[in-house]
Amino acid sequence: MNSDTALPARKPTDWNTDAMQQRIRRRYASERRFKLLGLTAVGVSAAFLAFLLISMLANGLRGFTQTDIKLPVDFRTAPILIDPATLKGPNVDQVLAGAGIQQVTQHAAVAAFGPDGGTMVSDGAWLVVREAIKNDPSILQQRVDISVPASTAIDLAAKGHASSGAEAAYAKLKAANVVSTSFNSGFLVESDATDPTLVGIWGALKGSLLTMLVTLALAFPIGVLSALYLEEYAPRNRWTDLIEVSINNLAAVPSIIFGLLGLAVFLNTFHLPRSAALVGGLTLALMTMPVIVIAGRNAIKSVPPSIRDAALGVGASPVQVVFHHVLPLALPGILTGTIIGMARALGETAPLLMIGMRAFIATPPDSLTAPATVLPVQIFLWSDEVSRGFIEKTSAAIIVLLVFLLTMNGLAIYLRNRFEQRW
Amino acid sequence: MNGFPLLILLLGLGLVAWVSARVKASRFTGRGADRPHSLPSYHGWYVALWAVVPALIFIAVWSSVTPGMVTQAVVADPAAAALPTVPMERSAILSEARAIAKGRLASGFNPMSTELAPIYEVNQGRFDMYGLALTLILAFAGGAYAFTRVKSDFRARTRVERVVMAALLLASLIAILTTLGIVASLLFESIRFFKLVSPLEFLFGIKWSPQSAVLAGQANAFGAVPLFWGTIFIGAIIAMVVAIPLGLMSAVYLTQYAKPGFRKWMKPILEILAGVPTVVYGYFAALTVAPAVRTFAATLGIPGASSESALAAGVVMGVMIIPFVSSMADDSIAAVPGSMRDGSLAMGATPSETIRKVLIPAALPGVVGGVLLAVSRAIGETMIVVMAAGLAANLTLNPFASVTTVTTQIVQLLTGDQEFESAKTLAAFALGLVLFIVTLLLNIVALRVVKKYREAYE
Repeated sequence: MNSDTALPARKPTDWNTDAMQQRIRRRYASERRFKLLGLTAVGVSAAFLAFLLISMLANGLRGFTQTDIKLPVDFRTAPILIDPATLKGPNVDQVLAGAGIQQVTQHAAVAAFGPDGGTMVSDGAWLVVREAIKNDPSILQQRVDISVPASTAIDLAAKGHASSGAEAAYAKLKAANVVSTSFNSGFLVESDATDPTLVGIWGALKGSLLTMLVTLALAFPIGVLSALYLEEYAPRNRWTDLIEVSINNLAAVPSIIFGLLGLAVFLNTFHLPRSAALVGGLTLALMTMPVIVIAGRNAIKSVPPSIRDAALGVGASPVQVVFHHVLPLALPGILTGTIIGMARALGETAPLLMIGMRAFIATPPDSLTAPATVLPVQIFLWSDEVSRGFIEKTSAAIIVLLVFLLTMNGLAIYLRNRFEQRW
Repeated sequence: MNGFPLLILLLGLGLVAWVSARVKASRFTGRGADRPHSLPSYHGWYVALWAVVPALIFIAVWSSVTPGMVTQAVVADPAAAALPTVPMERSAILSEARAIAKGRLASGFNPMSTELAPIYEVNQGRFDMYGLALTLILAFAGGAYAFTRVKSDFRARTRVERVVMAALLLASLIAILTTLGIVASLLFESIRFFKLVSPLEFLFGIKWSPQSAVLAGQANAFGAVPLFWGTIFIGAIIAMVVAIPLGLMSAVYLTQYAKPGFRKWMKPILEILAGVPTVVYGYFAALTVAPAVRTFAATLGIPGASSESALAAGVVMGVMIIPFVSSMADDSIAAVPGSMRDGSLAMGATPSETIRKVLIPAALPGVVGGVLLAVSRAIGETMIVVMAAGLAANLTLNPFASVTTVTTQIVQLLTGDQEFESAKTLAAFALGLVLFIVTLLLNIVALRVVKKYREAYE
């Protein structure tokens, strides 16, 4: 090594020359541009989210209100043939169904609001009249004002849609002071219908709850048990590797493939009923299980080995170590993962379309095998409807779905912050 | 059998068995060599398992066997002698009679089935009685046998733990079963499809119109190339053009520049984008984005602008993928050793030069792996394209035109008329198989890339 040969003399850089100063300015400007670009990317993403939520809210909040028309019905002159005594009997609905209330309602609307009156009230207005008679049969001898839902066109005009073509009719009703706007409680307790003024989400919501119940009952125990096995007991061999690879791949398989599996196995091989909450729950359980396993393994992994050693040291058996010590400590993490997996399953649509949960179902499901639909599928079905009244109903259903999902995710974050232990 | 009450009854029996065995075992108070081996509750579990599990297995077997036995008993009845011998008519009448007997049907289409219904009901009741009796006998016998074994030196804990381990192993086998189920169901139906349509035509044909393929001779209509192109165009090109810059830059900004407070709020907000259900994105794309894109194309005077453009679906899908790309990029940037970053900064590089010339090149394999995972998610995404992309199988480069995707066609093929044997429905499974294989390969490659790169820095 020859230390005498020094490097060739190097002139120190003069940072004060114009060229250097310009270069520094250029580099700093590019630094600012880059930073701004990053901020823009964050801003654009957040703006998109805000735009999405605001447009849903703007459309959807109107779906929670309905326009009512005070309809004067004169039952004394109406050709309604009911013996009030039969209204006390058990088969009220049959008596009322044959009583011609639909015509009476139409006549009343025409009499009150002119020849177009029939189109101003909703197609389901007579149902409200029927309920009124059922509640108080004495109105059959009087002339009463009954609040009935307005038709879609009037409803849209009342909510300020310029092009619904019913502004004139609405102005007339408004002048007569018979319209009012109120909270649409029917939207929360009714099911699907053909008329947008009558639809509700309870049927779909109940279907979603039943489906989620099946999913949770299957995916949670199976997911937790497999996570425990893989993390705590599984010997390192080819079988264990196979299980691990399967679980990791299942977590990445597109959801529609699970729908194809459900169709081929549950419907065509086991002949379970189509579009039932049971089959939907089974399909979603297979989809959710890997998510729970992966979250569960991470939670179990984060429990320090000293806990296990201590428990083994005082004489616990391997099963006791896991079920008395590791599992309770890992539970908050497992629950967080479960809630997130369940939230994903609740918003899932595609696999349920495959197993036939897209039928028009006007009554809430009363068992696990009854035909049911779920909230996301209901949204999909309504989004296909032509009637303009369905736009706000679709958005309102989306709001309900998002509220559920945000609550679940919020709960998961709360659980994580409140109970998760840092070792 | 009426399942639910029986299940409750069985669980009740299990509880009784648990309590009684526990009480018996808690009387063991031996000392020294006589000390009981297991805690009382393990004896309880042992007896309860013996009471419940064999009975449950019996119920499962019994309820899968009895329908056939009931039908045989009905057919053997003299009243059934008049049944037609043609198998199809015969089974139609029998299933109608079963439906009437169970109260699902008010009256049969065929008068014969109404006649057979009471016989069905009687036989069904008889077999239900047998089943109930055998279940209860089994439960009591199992419980009693186990109960006699409860002794102070009996190793109940070992037995119970063996059952627990078996349950754990069974649970983890379900994952393999599911994978097998997916592969088997896709493969079997696809093989049936490929008997009707040659795989080469399916994979390389450029004409897709399944509606016209009522006859097997017109197999030409099952050329899936336009579908593959539509899927790649929307999921791998347009969506990634949106998602990669936005996701990568968001990750860079949030990890390198943002103040902790900003980051703490912004990260979860961006993650909401991944939590919004896809049906909501689809609705948004169809209702808001697609008309806007179309108006935009019309003002530019672009021909062939469709209200179901590839661009609308692709952009919305890209936004959905942003958090995914962002978190993968976040992880890979965080995995770059701090010394590399510090070295670059110490040499006088500005933060942006450090990011562009040191961090991102070093993190590139991880980012690429993340992008591959994002692509695999995008091409499997269904609802956005079903609602916002079209059904027209076009081979086009115009992002304002309508293209269709593999997932859209699967939904389309399977939600129309439901004749399961037709080439049309089987084609959906063939498409599903292609989708499954492609996403699987993408995932394997991506995970390998990510893993290899992690190892390089450890």
